[in-house]
Formats: sequence, C-alpha cells, structure tokens
Amino acid sequence: MTDTPAIKVEKLVKRFGKNTVLDGIDLIVPRGQVTCLIGPSGSGKSTLLRCIALLEEANEGFIEIDGEPLGFSSGDFGERNRLPAAQTRKVRSRIGMVFQQFNLWPHMTALGNVAEALVTVRGMARKDAEERAMAQLSNVGLRERAGHYPSELSGGQQQRVAIARALALDPGIMLFDEPTSSLDPELTGEVLNVMRDLAQSGMTMLVVTHEIGFAASVGSKIVFLDHGKKIVEGKPDEVFGKPRHERIEQFLDTYLDRGAATLL
Amino acid sequence: MTFDLDLIISFLPDIVRALGVTILLWIAGSILGIILGFVIAVLRRYGSRTVDLALLAPVELIRGTPFLVQVFLLYYGGPFIGLSLDSITAGLLGLTIYGAAYYSELWRSGFIAIPKGHIEAAQCVGLNRRQTLRRIILPEMTMLLLPSMVNMTILMLKETAILSIISVPELTLAVSALGTKYYAFVEGFAILALVYWALVEACSAMGRYAESRLSKYRFAAT
Repeated sequence: MTDTPAIKVEKLVKRFGKNTVLDGIDLIVPRGQVTCLIGPSGSGKSTLLRCIALLEEANEGFIEIDGEPLGFSSGDFGERNRLPAAQTRKVRSRIGMVFQQFNLWPHMTALGNVAEALVTVRGMARKDAEERAMAQLSNVGLRERAGHYPSELSGGQQQRVAIARALALDPGIMLFDEPTSSLDPELTGEVLNVMRDLAQSGMTMLVVTHEIGFAASVGSKIVFLDHGKKIVEGKPDEVFGKPRHERIEQFLDTYLDRGAATLL
Repeated sequence: MTFDLDLIISFLPDIVRALGVTILLWIAGSILGIILGFVIAVLRRYGSRTVDLALLAPVELIRGTPFLVQVFLLYYGGPFIGLSLDSITAGLLGLTIYGAAYYSELWRSGFIAIPKGHIEAAQCVGLNRRQTLRRIILPEMTMLLLPSMVNMTILMLKETAILSIISVPELTLAVSALGTKYYAFVEGFAILALVYWALVEACSAMGRYAESRLSKYRFAAT
C-alpha cells in the first residue's frame, strides 16, 4: 500500500473539439511529496490538473487516486466503464483544489467560505464547523480576518482563505492551479509560504505553476509538459541542472528576466 | 373647469380601497412572477434542449405582445377555451404570466453572469447541484440582479393600470370612473400620477436600502 502512488494517470487524452490538449499523458504523483507541473501556456498542464479534479472529463485514459479509479474504471479489454456517482464523489473527496482566481464565494465571510462544505456536505453543526474553519484560518495566518468578506481581502489573503477552504475537508491530496498567477509579486510570497509550510507537513501536492523558483526549491519532482505531452520528468536538479533538455533551456530563457535564473 | 380637490377627498375611502387592490395585485403578481420566472429559467438552463425551446416560445410571445392585448385576450377570449375567470383572478394570472416572462430573462442573465469558477469551487468541495443552486448561485444572483429586479417590479406596478380594461376594481379604474362621472379627469389623473410615483419611489428606496446592505458581498477583485 505504501507503494501506491497518491495519483496515477495513465494514457490520458483530452480533446476540445479537434484540438488535442492532452496527448496520452502518464503521470505518477508520489505520496507526501510536491510534484510541480511546468510548461508554456497551452501545454495542457492546467487541463491535466482539471481532469484530476474532475472539472473536465478526459476522452481516453484512466486516473487513480490512492489506487482507486476516479470517474472510470478499466475493463478486461482496457475499455472505460463509467463508475457510479457515489463512488466518484467518495474518491474525489480526497482531493482539495485551489484555483488561479481563488473563486471564493462573495456572499460569505472568510469563515463562511471555509465552513460551508463542512455544514452543507459533511452535515456538521454550524458551531463545530466554524470552530474547525477558524483553526484552518489560523493555520494560514488569517484568524483575525475571519469575519471579512472576500471583497475586503487582498488577493493573497483571498488565496489563503481558498487554501484553508480546501484543507478544512481534510483532503489527502491538494491540487494547485497556478495559485499565484493572478497576484502581485508582493502578495505571491505569502501564498507560497503557506504552500511551503503545507509541503513540510507532508501533504501530497500537485502544483501547476510558473514560479520556477518555488518549483525548484520545494518540488521533489518536476514534470515539464509541452503541447499535451510529457517532455521531461525528474528531480529539480535533474530537470534544471546542466546539461538541460533543449526545450527546458528555451523555456527557462523566458524566465531570465523574472529573477528565477539566479536560483538555478 | 376648476381643480376640485374636495371631490377627490370626498371619495377618498373608495380610492384607498382601490389602492389596496392595486398594491395587492402588484405584490402578488410580482412575487408569483419572480417565482414562476425562476422556475422557467431553471428548466431552460438545466432541462433538455426540447424543454428550453418549448419555453422559449411562450416567453417570446409574452415579451413580444402588449400587456393590454394579453389581458384582453385572457379575460374575454378565455371563455372560448373554457377559461372563465373573474376579473381579479384574470388580472392576477395575466400579471403573473407577463412578469414571469420578463423575470425569467433576468434570472437567465443571472445564471450567465455568475463566474464559472464559483460553481467549480462548490463542485470541488462536494456540493451537489441542488446545494450549489441554493447556497451559491441563488445568493450570488440576488446580489447581481437586485437593481434590475427592482426596475422590473416598478414596471409591474405601472402595468396594473392596464387591468382597468377588464374592470379590475383597482386604482386607475376607480379614479377614471370618478372622472367620467363628475368630469374631473385632471384632478383624478393628477392624483393617480402622484400615487403611482409615490409607490415607485418607495419601492426604489427599498431597493437602494437592500443594495447598500448587500454592497459588501460585491464580487472581489482578483
């Protein structure tokens, strides 16, 4: 069981119309580690993450969470059988998702956002749910902001609330879809720090990011995608250290002016 | 011809009674229209393509014809298809259907305006479709749609005046009857204008108050 990866993706294909966005992706996300998906825009990294979160349904291939099939199981001849909704909900509840645009609900306070699913989905009493939500907000350093509405919070604070919202449900795996891409550089740090702490606590994380510095320092595994295909995969020093894959070299060139080069 | 306010004052009890009918029909018609409009919008959004098209036709028909014509056909044409209604029932039904067509379009615009990500976030924490509708979509839409809902509700008040043609004993009918009887049109219609305007202002003020209470729920900048 310890060898079962947290996430296993097999030959995943996703098409939008005639456009093949994921072209037979295989991916292993080991338990308790941070896996970073990097690559240029349009490489399919966000789509891959959204397929794992079941926000998109892949056209072919399989996804396993902790060894259990997500959405579809593989039949005797490799055909896909759709799994019952209850089974899918159960497997999916092990995954927490954080979005680029935070997606907090504007009519609820920070506390309300974090407590919502505990009450509505888990059936907890409002008081207990808010106690737990408060503990989560404390973990991301926002205890004193609990009563604020999203419109009264900075982007960095909103994203930390969104992380607390996902963590409140005790997921074994956290997915991050470009969590700092819509933040000012000044606010990026506070979100990355929360993610760093989370990584140190042993959370399994799959992070789509443009923060090459973060990927290099926190990631235990880097996966580079381009045009829906996995190009390179390995430990940060294997992927970023010289000699580099030619495509990585080109990609990193675009980051030279963003200060990431000094890290590498 | 003089501006004879005493005449109006002497008929004040009748006018107040008629005002009561107007307000009752307005509020009942608006509430029922908002509810029916919501049902239509939800069916059109979550139902099959056939359901969507089947509901599109009546909505377009109602929006495409004058309320006066609809009310007239409902009240005087209804009996031909076995639908004999007294004037107040016909008036309320007409108002509800008319309102529902417009309110359903408002609700529809609300569904479109809600960021997809807010719904995805709900999916990701395990809310099912009904919970998402009740806990996320409806409250967000209320906030988004409040100004246009208030606007439509103001129009609904003014449309109640049309119900006088099927002799619903509402304000416009009562006042114009006075006008005909005592040849006091100017007084009557001046009072009518003032009363409708006062009601509209009261409704707008309530809307503004609600908006200010909801202002902190506005969408956050990202």
